[in-house]
Amino acid sequence: MASLLQVLFDALSLGSLYALGALGIALIFGVMRLVNFAHGDVIAFSLFALLWPSTDAVAIVFAGNLPWFLLIPFTLAIGAGLSVLSELVVFRRFRRANPATMMIASFALGFVIRYFLLMLFTSRPKSIALLPALSQPVEILGARIPLLQLITILVTLAVLIGLTLFLRRTRFGLEMRAAAENFTMARMLGVRANRVIMGAFALSGALAAASALILGSQTGTANIMMGANVMLMAFIATVIGGMGSLAGAVLAGFLLGAIATVMQVILPPDARAFRDAFVYGAVILVLIFRPQGLLSARGAKERV
Amino acid sequence: MSLLALSNVSVRYGRLTAVRNVAFTLAEGELLFITGPNGAGKSSLLRAIAGVTPPAGGRIDFADHDITGRAPEDIARLGISMVPEGRDVFGSLSIEENLMVGTGMHARTRGWRARAATELEAVYATFPILKDRRHTQAGLLSGGQQQMLVIGRALMTHPRLVAIDEPSLGLAPNITDQVYERLIALRAERKLTLLIVEQSSTRAMLAGGRMMLMRGGEILLDGDARALGQSEAMQAAYFGYGEQ
Repeated sequence: MASLLQVLFDALSLGSLYALGALGIALIFGVMRLVNFAHGDVIAFSLFALLWPSTDAVAIVFAGNLPWFLLIPFTLAIGAGLSVLSELVVFRRFRRANPATMMIASFALGFVIRYFLLMLFTSRPKSIALLPALSQPVEILGARIPLLQLITILVTLAVLIGLTLFLRRTRFGLEMRAAAENFTMARMLGVRANRVIMGAFALSGALAAASALILGSQTGTANIMMGANVMLMAFIATVIGGMGSLAGAVLAGFLLGAIATVMQVILPPDARAFRDAFVYGAVILVLIFRPQGLLSARGAKERV
Repeated sequence: MSLLALSNVSVRYGRLTAVRNVAFTLAEGELLFITGPNGAGKSSLLRAIAGVTPPAGGRIDFADHDITGRAPEDIARLGISMVPEGRDVFGSLSIEENLMVGTGMHARTRGWRARAATELEAVYATFPILKDRRHTQAGLLSGGQQQMLVIGRALMTHPRLVAIDEPSLGLAPNITDQVYERLIALRAERKLTLLIVEQSSTRAMLAGGRMMLMRGGEILLDGDARALGQSEAMQAAYFGYGEQ
């Protein structure tokens, strides 16, 4: 019972991380058909923004020492700011380009961000103690769950509820949903293209920063490549969720987290090193049977 | 003073010229049909007016503003409401949400929420079926209901000019009758200016008003719908008789 609970929490917290990343990618894909591969580097940047540039193995923390109620908004603002900046400087010029061109531009932007971090911090992972109070375990029904896992799950839930309310209850949210489904039609109804796209980038950047905080506290290290794995999983989650479907992205994110955790438990010890191969195998199976994704976005459907 | 004025407007897609040096004016309150065979450039002309496909040449003025090459949202905010071909409803949004999308453009003016609510009731009064199903996903509606929805949605922003591309496309004739009945009534009620694109001249002759015939990207005829519809010149121009 206790170990089952442990697995459940592992699955949920890993899934939360993937779901947050997938949401960040799906939000932008929804409004401008861009798969933003720089998302993972925005994650890394948001964490490194809390440190002073140095080549030491132990990070010289500057903003990271802020109390949590300042630290969190500060980090979210960094992520949102960088994301909006990338829209203004890079992606705005590709508005009329085809999706493949935009995707390549996002790769390029990702490299720029990564090498900027490399220049300032070197490629050496740095140990940081972010929000140390969170590494305490708590006991639930006999299982010892790290407090951080619990917080990760709760934060993700709060983000999901908040985002849903925003999209369903506010005028700006309505405009974003309309634009995600048919951008041109939304513009013909007076919806401002630039504002909607900037809004999507800001939200996506804030989500990246939330992932950065969770990853940073979980691993206790800051690594310029830290976003790469989450980015890859998140991208896969948006694909199997149905490109552009936010609910699908979240669902698939949790599904991937669950598959990865369960594989870790049930695979024989010798095969555990190859866990990801089994996870991607499961992804291929999903795509064979549902190539349009679990929940396909309505707007992507062909019209007669 | 004309509400809409086009001079020398051309639309090109790559090397293909869809609209060639088109010029006309439209007075406030007028009803204009643009008819013509497939590929005449009718839809391209509407897309140019709405700003979706910026014209390659010429000038478009609306309500004393030069709107040539302006963004679609700016043109919409000046008072042109487009109903594109193929009934672009937001399928995953409810009927009421579809109707409300455009009202945000007035969010800077005072009392816009109250006015949006009044507009909503007015649209529901015109199309009661929409009210009955207002929380239904728009993608689940029938073609005729979707057509009513997009017309209602175009009216929600309180436009001065409504441009509709093929309102009868894919609809049963009796549903088309209903849609037109509503449109003509709305025009009288709100002093709307209407620009309707249709392939056939039948609807224009029934409704009256002014009619233009487009073919090969140019306007060949322009006149009273009923008189023009019965003339031989119309048939000749539509099918291209007497040309090489």
